[in-house]
Amino acid sequence: MSYTQLALLAVPTAILFDLFMTRRRMILRRAFWTSYAIILPFQLLTNWWLTSREIVMYREQFIIGFRIASAPVEDLLFGFALILGVITLWIYWGARGVQQERE
Amino acid sequence: MLKFGYLAMIAFTVAGSFWLEIFLKVGVLRRIKRVLLSILPVATLFIIWDLYAISRGHWHFDSEQILGIFGFGGIPLEEFLFFTVVPLAAIMTIEAVGVVKRKNSKWKFGDER
Repeated sequence: MSYTQLALLAVPTAILFDLFMTRRRMILRRAFWTSYAIILPFQLLTNWWLTSREIVMYREQFIIGFRIASAPVEDLLFGFALILGVITLWIYWGARGVQQERE
Repeated sequence: MLKFGYLAMIAFTVAGSFWLEIFLKVGVLRRIKRVLLSILPVATLFIIWDLYAISRGHWHFDSEQILGIFGFGGIPLEEFLFFTVVPLAAIMTIEAVGVVKRKNSKWKFGDER
């Protein structure tokens, strides 16, 4: 599979995990989208660093070729799936009573 | 200095998120069990993805700009750090939003008792 295909698979997988497997429904909450809005500019900035300096390089044959801030657009899907997956699981364990309190 | 290129991004991510521990007291690091239970399963899946992507040549790294320390499957150390530090930053971010917004009953985070 190409990076494009895997990235397109990762996002619905993370959403299924959020909505149905854990039933945390993070993608319906402003807490999640506010967090994502904070994270996204940092992702664009750090990803720009990694790709514009060619620290990480992508083979053109495995990506669609559309780039945002020098990084393949697929990276946005990759990042979204990673962040949604981790935040969903963090909230899931909190709801299960695992170290729910801050103090 | 060139070999710290990737590590600089990791350090920036740590600097950009860990201050939330000190100034907003998000208390993520002290909840290490919940952190590990949240990060390990997701990081494992993404490292498998990384392994596949590296083996198929989807992406590769400039050997001059990484430390040159590799884990299994030829995955650079920085990649393992990435899949630790980025999820930590994401958790600290939503907890920081929580510090500000949990008192507001309109904001449900999904982990309320």
